[in-house]
Amino acid sequence: MSGLVIEGVTKAFGSVVAVEDVHLSFPAGEMICFLGPSGCGKTTLLRMIAGLEEPTKGRIEFDGRDLTHVPVHERNIGMVFQSFALFPHLNVGENISYSMRIRGHSRSECEDRATELLDMMHLPGLADRRISQLSGGQRQRVAIARALALSPQVFLLDEPMSALDANLREAMQIELRKLQQELGITTVVVTHDQTEAMTMADQIVVMGKARVLQTGSPMDIYKRPVDKFVAGFIGTSNLLPAKRTGKQSVRVGEAEFNVGGTIAEVQTGEDVLLMTRPEEVFVRPAEHNPPANAIPGAVTFVRDIGATIEILVDCAGHEVISVLTPKDWPGVKIGDAVHVEMPAPACNVLAA
Amino acid sequence: MTKPPLTRYLGLIPSSVMIGVFFAIPFAMILLTSVSTPTDDGDYRFAFDLQHFDRFLTWFYVERALFSAGLCALIAVISLLVAFPFTYFLTRFGPRSQTIWLIYILAQLSLSEVLIAFSWQILLSRTSGVGNILEWVGIVEKSFSMAPSAGAVVAALVYLAVPFAVLLLFPALSRLDKSLIEASRTLGASPMRSFFTVVIPVARPAIVSSGVTIFVLTLGAIIVPQVLGRPEHWTLSVLITDQAIFNFNMPFASALAVVLLVLSASVILLVSRFAGGNRS
Repeated sequence: MSGLVIEGVTKAFGSVVAVEDVHLSFPAGEMICFLGPSGCGKTTLLRMIAGLEEPTKGRIEFDGRDLTHVPVHERNIGMVFQSFALFPHLNVGENISYSMRIRGHSRSECEDRATELLDMMHLPGLADRRISQLSGGQRQRVAIARALALSPQVFLLDEPMSALDANLREAMQIELRKLQQELGITTVVVTHDQTEAMTMADQIVVMGKARVLQTGSPMDIYKRPVDKFVAGFIGTSNLLPAKRTGKQSVRVGEAEFNVGGTIAEVQTGEDVLLMTRPEEVFVRPAEHNPPANAIPGAVTFVRDIGATIEILVDCAGHEVISVLTPKDWPGVKIGDAVHVEMPAPACNVLAA
Repeated sequence: MTKPPLTRYLGLIPSSVMIGVFFAIPFAMILLTSVSTPTDDGDYRFAFDLQHFDRFLTWFYVERALFSAGLCALIAVISLLVAFPFTYFLTRFGPRSQTIWLIYILAQLSLSEVLIAFSWQILLSRTSGVGNILEWVGIVEKSFSMAPSAGAVVAALVYLAVPFAVLLLFPALSRLDKSLIEASRTLGASPMRSFFTVVIPVARPAIVSSGVTIFVLTLGAIIVPQVLGRPEHWTLSVLITDQAIFNFNMPFASALAVVLLVLSASVILLVSRFAGGNRS
């Protein structure tokens, strides 16, 4: 199955380029997250898939069918809007079956489908409620049910969780992911929340400044970010300025590091960034013989929250965070001189 | 000890005085006059005499009342048909052109009914009106006079009412959530279907209230029907003026005014009960 294909898509609003030369391709049935800060073009890209915006250049295909110039209402998509956009003049059941009434289905078919979808969304018996009587979480479920009423080929969600409070958000992420896997529907979610993307996506597309920066599975992107922007946007990372000294080594200050992770295409001798994730960095009390792959520093803060312990270390003016489990706890306190050990497999080299 | 809440009502005093002096008292006087009884010397004195209402119940006046209601309803419908699409597109213009259009429409409201009536009279005349243009273009053989006629009355009153309709519809339509329209489009509605199944129903309260406002507003028009219409196109308001100013029959004019008031009030009540409701 060819699924969703985006080929060289560019969108300009006047002189402002919102999306520039995006090439993406996903198999059918996957859940894809467009992740990026606000204004990076992710919503515009989603709206182009929906047909609400027309690309300035490029093609959008689904299942081998060119959708680029197909009007919105002939695309067979389901979309959930950030504001949910439920029709205030219709009740819950009528909202859900709106698409079916447009296509001329009978009243009883519409009612049956609305009941079925409400049961699926765990909102049984709400068909006769008015939209204004629903809570935020219920509205979102109704919006999802409405988008799925005609079993669309592509399911699009624009920041679906942003109107919900934090507790509900996490539960909905899991539920939405389960629903998507059950239905096997190709789904694109736009979000600026990395946890949301990590929870739900098969593939994450990290966007910044109108371009796609990296595409890959959540773990791929977490472990091997292509640049410092992606590293900073997904999870927490330690970035230390370094110089490349060999094929698999860099120098940070006086210390030499073996690098076992990814290495950006940078010439030997050039400035680079040594990137590590906090949970792969260890803190040891300072000794005369420092361990390999380590730099000296001083502890500036210790935050022990039981399950994990966070240690902040000042290494020659750069802050390094280490998140440890209690069994790796080195027993240091604020002000102690320590060595921060970054084992070779944890080290990645990014362009400065 | 709680302070007496008197200060809270202080702000209401000016408006209460205004309403009392300029609305309640005159209205009470009209009510009293409408049930007064004539004296032998041609004057009238206060009593409870329903003869003026009896006189209204002759077919001539009932027919005038029905004609007035029908005419104003027609004008409300035409004005909304003109104003609604215009306002809908106006809300999609840039903020700059929106401001220019709104200023133009507001400026138009400053024109008096008299000026508009006589301008239309010229516009529809045989010698210097649109008839000449039609003759010049070749649509008609000879220029003709289009006023006085029912069409002329309707045209001028619609012209008067459209700016009001636009200004009443504008806030509701500019607040209309555009994502509702987009949502209906993604659910398979063509732009036309979307307009009729989402835009109009969502804007219905605003449509109803501006329709009612235009109805009441044109019911009170007195100059346009006189200048551009024949006597058979005169509305109840014209007859009231006629009775009050030319026949000096204040009691009957008051009775007609009360009938007009009841007519407007019942239309407002009926419409808000059956068409404006159903919202939560």
